[in-house]
This record gives sequence, structure tokens and C-alpha cells, in this order.
Amino acid sequence: MTNNVIEVRQIVKRYGEVQAVDGVDLAVETGKVFGLIGHNGAGKSTLFKMMLGLVPATSGEIRIDGRPVSGAGFREVRRHLGYLPENVVFYDNLSGLETLAFFARLKGVGRFACGPLLDRVGLSAAADRRVKGYSKGMRQRLGLAQALLGKPKLLFLDEPTTGLDPEGIREFYRILKEMKSEGATIILTSHILSEIQERVDRLAIMKNGKIQALGTVQSLRETMALPLWFELRLAEGAEPPLRRALAAIGVDEIRIEGERISVHCQREAKMSVLQALAALDGLVTDLYVREPSLEDVFLGYSG
Amino acid sequence: MTILAIEPRQIGIIAAKEFRDRIRNRWVLAVTIVFTAFALVIAYFGAAQQGAVGFRSIEITIASLVSLVIYLVPLIALILGFDAIVGERERGSLDLLLSMPLTRLELLLGKFLGLSAALACSTITGFGLVGLLLGSRLSSNAWYNYAGFMLSAVLLGMAFLSLAVMVSVFATDRARASGGAIALWFFFVLVYDLLLLGTLVVSGGAVAANAFPYLLLLNPADVFRILNIFGINDVRTLYGLTTVFPERLASPGLLGAVMLAWIILPLGLANWRFRK
Repeated sequence: MTNNVIEVRQIVKRYGEVQAVDGVDLAVETGKVFGLIGHNGAGKSTLFKMMLGLVPATSGEIRIDGRPVSGAGFREVRRHLGYLPENVVFYDNLSGLETLAFFARLKGVGRFACGPLLDRVGLSAAADRRVKGYSKGMRQRLGLAQALLGKPKLLFLDEPTTGLDPEGIREFYRILKEMKSEGATIILTSHILSEIQERVDRLAIMKNGKIQALGTVQSLRETMALPLWFELRLAEGAEPPLRRALAAIGVDEIRIEGERISVHCQREAKMSVLQALAALDGLVTDLYVREPSLEDVFLGYSG
Repeated sequence: MTILAIEPRQIGIIAAKEFRDRIRNRWVLAVTIVFTAFALVIAYFGAAQQGAVGFRSIEITIASLVSLVIYLVPLIALILGFDAIVGERERGSLDLLLSMPLTRLELLLGKFLGLSAALACSTITGFGLVGLLLGSRLSSNAWYNYAGFMLSAVLLGMAFLSLAVMVSVFATDRARASGGAIALWFFFVLVYDLLLLGTLVVSGGAVAANAFPYLLLLNPADVFRILNIFGINDVRTLYGLTTVFPERLASPGLLGAVMLAWIILPLGLANWRFRK
């Protein structure tokens, strides 16, 4: 008995000659936040659509809650599923509240749930205005409200923060955190890597329809063995002893650009470099440790 | 299995939205006015070619209205329906809709029924108003004929709506869908009968004569014409229909069933395609 709410096995999607998704295996554990990263055209949205049963796979198998994503049984799964499509589009002639009420009816959620949800995403002041006059950010908020209808157990969010201002992005992740604490499983895609790396439990990096890497942010960093570097501020005349001390532990990559002195080393050497620097009593006046960001991991894998 | 698992509630929600949209953007009102105005003009001036104006017998009026409806209702139905699915697809709202607990068949039926309700509302109100105006001089038999005319006009509209929804599923974009819809109108309303007549004349009546009545059933517009013209004795001879159309094929029950088939088949085809 696994604890996986989503299981993707050897899934392939071909559009004519184009291999949009090429043999993806994936599992997402219940209650986790899972991030999917990749360039445009990497196959993220296609994979999403297959997981939602919107696009049939060419081959392979996807199960959500243990059920295949087609056929009559999947309707029940859909009742507990929230989806925010990339570039969400609504009906211009309806107001925000009417839009939400329409989707609430389809999901079998009472109309009384709509007002508080609009409040939650910060749209209650615009509830009775037509969606036609909404900004991109407001549409995105309405899209999120729609995805949250009926307290879904599983949330699919495709580029959820596009169009949101920094305040909106913060609010979005606050809501996401609340959903997670209520036990929801969340799967999201993003281009803004620095934004999601602190907020996902696991992530997958996609390139050309394939999963290039899969794991926690930490495990990806470690398997990549990306070098890290120290940025130093030195006292007068400290450079020669610094070079000597570092050469003694086999670190010789020292770059000097004007005032900035940086020391590059492998991850395993991190602590010994720190000790060597500490031993240079008083010569190093300040120090920053720079770790590779997920962005570096991402570019390293799929750049 | 999936085909049987239909939730009428979901169909109703989609249909109600479509219908409400058409009420709110005044589509229903506009088309009602068009129907009323045309019907009034035709009822009054329909016999102008014969050198007379004014309201005449209901039979002649119905015959004139049938000619109008045959052009107008299919065109309006096709324009109303061609956007149904391809519009959602092109705007980008289809995926969200289909991620709901809603099957594709339910979405199709909801769209179709909501649009049908809008068209039926305009048809019955528009022609009903004119009927009421003529009302004082109508016998109960004439009312029966007029009601039949309105009902068959609704069915004709639904048949072409069904075709429009089918086009909407098959087309890859709105431009193609509108092209397809217009092509269907040309084919069924303008070209089909000419083709039949042409075949009949060119072959000297030998080739298609026996098949002719059946071939007429393959066009919902012709079915509508026969339904209305054949039922009225005065007009039947006027149109010379007795000579080409056998009595046994002219029962309203049978013709109604053919019309229903014209509503169900395109929708069925649309559903088959939509599920792929």
C-alpha cells in the first residue's frame, strides 16, 4: 500500500512527429507540495493535462487516488480536484461572483461558499464587477478561488503566480500553506525557480518531454555536486597567506575582481575551507557563503 | 458504460448558463423581433405577386412563412451554434470546464439544449405573436396547423443547431467552424434541392424518380417543408407535391421521427469525435 496520490508510469504523448512527453515516471505523495520545472515546451502543461484526463496519453498509465484518469470513476476524483490552468480564461460577460457560482454548481458546492472564497483571494470588492474589466492578477486570483472550490484534496496549479504582484505572490503562498496544512496535495509548475525552491517538498525538472532530475532541492544540489564559493573581505596584505593556507588543503581557485575576492571549492571541502579561513586570525574581515540556487541546478541539468 | 453515466444536473447547469447568456446579451430579444417583423410582413404582403395585399387565409400564410423559415431558421441556428465548443477551445476555457466533474457528452448536451431553448424561445414568441394577431379569424383547425408549423420550426432549428454543434467539435478554429456552418447552409438550403431537380431532369426522370421522396428525407429543410405543406390540402396541390411525394411517407409521425433523427445523429457524431 503506497501513500502516493498520483502515480505516473511510462507516460508518452506524441502529437504527430512531436514527442511532447517521452516516458515520464512520477509519483507524488499525499500531503506534499510537488514542483514541476522546465522551459516552455518542456512538456509540463501536457503532462498536467494528461494527469487531469483532459488529453489522452499515447501510451503509459496514470492513476490518481488509485483510479485511471478516464472513464466514469474519474468523475468522483474530479469532485475533489482543483485545477488552475496556465493563462486561465473566464467568461467576460459574467461577474467574478457569477463565474465562481457557475463552477461551484458544476462541482456541487453550495453558493454560500463563493463569497468567503472571493474574500480569501482578496477579490470581494470586485465580486460584482464583470470579469471583462479584471486585470491579469485579478483573473489569476479568481482562478485560484475557482481551484479552491469544495476544499480539494488535490490541487493542480499551472504557473499559478503569473500576473501576480509581489504582495499577491506572498498571499498565494500563504493560501497554499493553509491548504497543505489542511492535508491537500499540491502540484505546481513555475518558471520563477527562486520563488518555489523554498516552498516545495520535492521537485522534478523536465526537458524535452523527459524528467531530467527528481528529488528534494537538497538532494538535487548534492547529486549535482555543484561547487560553492566564499566571498571574502580581506585585511591589508592578507592575500599571500590566504593562498598558502588554501593551497595546503588543495583549494586553488581564487578569483579576484577588484575588491571582490571569491574562493571556489567543492561541496566536500566546505568545512575544511572554513577552518582554514578561521585559522587566518584577523586577516579575513568578512565572509559570505554562496550556495548554488535551484536556478543553477536547473540550468546545470537542462541548460 | 461512460455513455450511460449521465448526470442531468450537470447538463442543466451548462444549458442554464447558455440560455441565460443569450437572454442577457439580448440575442433572444433580437431574433424574436426579426421573426415577428418578417412574419408580419409576409403575412400581410405575401400575396403581393398576385396583386393583392392584406391578411389572407391561414393556409396561404403558413405556406409563405414556411418559405421564410426554411431560409432564416437554419441560418440563425448555424450562427448560434458554430461557436459552442470551438469558441471555448479557442478562448482557452475548455480545459477548465472539462476538469470539472462533467463529461464531454454532458457538456455537448448542455450547450445544445441551452441554445435550443434560446432559439425555441425566439421562434415561439416571434411567430406566436403573429399567430395571436391572426388569432381572431382562425378556426381551431387552423390553430392546429399553425401550432404544428411553430413546433416543426423549432425542430428544424434544433436539427441545424445539432449540425452546428457537430461542426463546432470537428473544426480546429472558429474561422473554419463559421465557414463550415455557412457551407452547410448553402448545401441544405440552396444546393440540395437544385441537385435533386437537376438529376431528375438530366436523367429524364428515370434515375431518381423512385428514390426522390426518400432523398427529400435526407435534408431536414425538405422534411420541414413537407411536414407543413403536405398537411394542408389547399397548398399541397398548389405546390404540386401530390405528384412527387407518396401519401404513405407524409405522416407527421414519420416525418417527425426523421426530424428527430436529424437532431440526434449529428450530436452523436459530435460526441464520438469529441471523446477522441
